[in-house]
Amino acid sequence: MTADDIRVEILDILEVIAPDEDLSNIDDAVNFRDQLELDSMDFLDIVMELRKRHRIQIPEDDYVQLASMNSTVTFLEPLMKDIVKA
Amino acid sequence: MIRSAQDDQRIVITGVGLTAPNGDNLADYRAALLAGKSGVEPYHIRYVGDTLAGVCHFDELKYQKRKELRRGTRAGSVGVYCANEAISDSGIDWSEVDPTRVGIYVGVTEHGNVETENEINEIKAFDYDTKVWSHHHNPRTVANNPAGEITLNMGVTGPHYTIGAACAAGNAGMIQGAQMLLLGECDLAIAGGVSESIHTFGIFAGFASQGALAEHDDPTSASRPFDRDRNGIVVSEGGCLFTLERFSDASQRGAKIYGELVGYAMNSDASDFVLPNPKQQARCMNMAIERAGLNTDDIDLVSSHATATSSGDIQECDALRRVFGDSRSTLVNNTKSYIGHAMGAAGSLELAGNLPSFEDGVCHPTINVDNLDPECELPGLVLNEPRENSPVEVILNNSFGMLGINSAVIIKKV
Repeated sequence: MTADDIRVEILDILEVIAPDEDLSNIDDAVNFRDQLELDSMDFLDIVMELRKRHRIQIPEDDYVQLASMNSTVTFLEPLMKDIVKA
Repeated sequence: MIRSAQDDQRIVITGVGLTAPNGDNLADYRAALLAGKSGVEPYHIRYVGDTLAGVCHFDELKYQKRKELRRGTRAGSVGVYCANEAISDSGIDWSEVDPTRVGIYVGVTEHGNVETENEINEIKAFDYDTKVWSHHHNPRTVANNPAGEITLNMGVTGPHYTIGAACAAGNAGMIQGAQMLLLGECDLAIAGGVSESIHTFGIFAGFASQGALAEHDDPTSASRPFDRDRNGIVVSEGGCLFTLERFSDASQRGAKIYGELVGYAMNSDASDFVLPNPKQQARCMNMAIERAGLNTDDIDLVSSHATATSSGDIQECDALRRVFGDSRSTLVNNTKSYIGHAMGAAGSLELAGNLPSFEDGVCHPTINVDNLDPECELPGLVLNEPRENSPVEVILNNSFGMLGINSAVIIKKV
């Protein structure tokens, strides 16, 4: 998956986790929590969805990398580079 | 004795919030009961396949966001809907209510089966790898979940918990709420019962294995208590929560009062896991009547528990004969014939559907009785057609459950 593919995938996950939110104007540089109503359980949902969809294991110490779209994509790029977009 | 001359020791119903398979508020539900409208429909659930159920169609988004629905449980959602509807119906100005003085008491037959089955089904696709087991599982399955979700939604900071009482739970929730008001633990109780049971295949499979799951070509005719050809239970979901207040508080604010809880009782059979015990059911009814300071001939209407199992209906009729003898003045009806067995919600839903009889003087019938089982014959049975011009001042509502748990509540017109 490319960085763009990963971004689309994260948006798809966010649509499931935060169904009341408008994701059309999300700012990739800004922390998710500063623009969306997300709590710690929601971030665990992101981790869980990546695990279910792509078998990616994210260590707890790395959860901080999921703060914003940019940091998430940067963190996931090497982990998802060999995954073929469905 | 529950009855007291002191108005702060009298407990009254001031609001009703409900969702049933045939109505999502009291007016629609009552209209369906008087029109003989069933809420049973074809239903499919994994592993069991095609069956029948009582399905609710309330607007889940009326009081919850999509995210709350996703995170919570069906029982929680039913509870949130009913609690908000009850407050709305009560005329209470919620913005003026002290949230620390509100208690939430929700009866449940079971809780946690739905989410556990869902998670096992989910990890099955991952070769049972528990690493994909949801972190939402525990907050969804803790026994207080359906009551706790109401507190989260409404900002209630008083006590909340569920009352596990099998199919006596709807009555048990109401009794608990009344007791907490009498103890001064809260000033407003939101109490009754809820059920999400149609979403667990286990309850269908369990009743089928027991030979007690209803089957019929016409879903609306499947639930047929007292009928000779009854063949079991229609599993249903639903909920009904009441706002309960002390009479002194309710009258001071000029509240509409549906009725007064003048007597109640709960007891146990101590005789069988499943089979009911008419001797103890009769004792339960008699205790409630005695505590209300009434005689059996003061009871105008008995809302029966009968679930349409072959033996259970006969046992309850036996108990009713022991209490009411050959009385023709005490009418007997049954709501499960319309909505199936709403499990934890059954007791409160069945009571709610009869409360309007205080005003309209009509007793809704038991429907689907084409051939009355002679062993279920009672002089006061109201069958297939509403009984009009039947002044109702006192209702006794029965709810019984597995492990031999019995409950009866008595509501009097105020």
